[in-house]
Amino acid sequence: MDLKGNLDLDEAIDGSTLLIRPRGEIDLSVADALRLKLDNLIEDYSVKNLIINLSGISFIDSSGLGVMLGRYKKLSSHGGRVLLVSPAPQVRRILELSGILNIMQECSGEAEAFAKAQGGYKCS
Amino acid sequence: MQLVNYMKMEFKSHPANVGMARVAVAAFASQLDFNLNDLEDLKVAVSEAVTNAIVHGYDGSQKDTVTIAASLFRHAVQVVVADTGKGIEDVYKAMEAAFTSDPERMGLGFTFMQSFMDDLEVKSAPGQGTSVIMMKKVSNAINALAGN
Repeated sequence: MDLKGNLDLDEAIDGSTLLIRPRGEIDLSVADALRLKLDNLIEDYSVKNLIINLSGISFIDSSGLGVMLGRYKKLSSHGGRVLLVSPAPQVRRILELSGILNIMQECSGEAEAFAKAQGGYKCS
Repeated sequence: MQLVNYMKMEFKSHPANVGMARVAVAAFASQLDFNLNDLEDLKVAVSEAVTNAIVHGYDGSQKDTVTIAASLFRHAVQVVVADTGKGIEDVYKAMEAAFTSDPERMGLGFTFMQSFMDDLEVKSAPGQGTSVIMMKKVSNAINALAGN
């Protein structure tokens, strides 16, 4: 799905876990559309856990982090989790600096993230 | 410091221009010996400053103007991102990490600018717009290798 700006998005559902694979850049230009898209998916599929595969993201700033944080607050209030997969080095630096990795676990792959989300275990 | 090159651009406070602005400044700064990490840092800092101008300076209005002026010196780039928006009442408080009333924002714009740039100054007053003045220096290692 083209979210305008420089972001494209694939999604997949497994039970109550939503996986998204955004590709491109997440900044102010796509934040609102991404937020709306995720909130609609979360509501439509009664999503409990969210996995974000960040391998296709070449740039993120605090606008993008804000979307992630807002979804985390929404899901964690119902006992859900947000897990992150394979951020590129420059994206990982932003995640580390913001402290977001303290609340959203990083997994090495989607399979591990699904297992951890549904099993309730931590990623290694 | 001796000025080597200079550019100035202005654009509408439209979110679509945030990406253009950071790429333009990084491309301009790449005339110096910045490495790829430095240019990525610069892109984040510019992205944050322009976003602040749009979201906070102009309260999201897409009809106003953001100005960026970049100066290249021998071993550093200075970037000034300016708006003529509502200004900041308390600059010191606004620069505190996680200072935001919006649950969808992290309030880390200035934190990222301070972390990724070598110098940051914010000039602002209510009703008088805001200028964010940032400087990034070329790595000392590069200078040493170049025999400077």
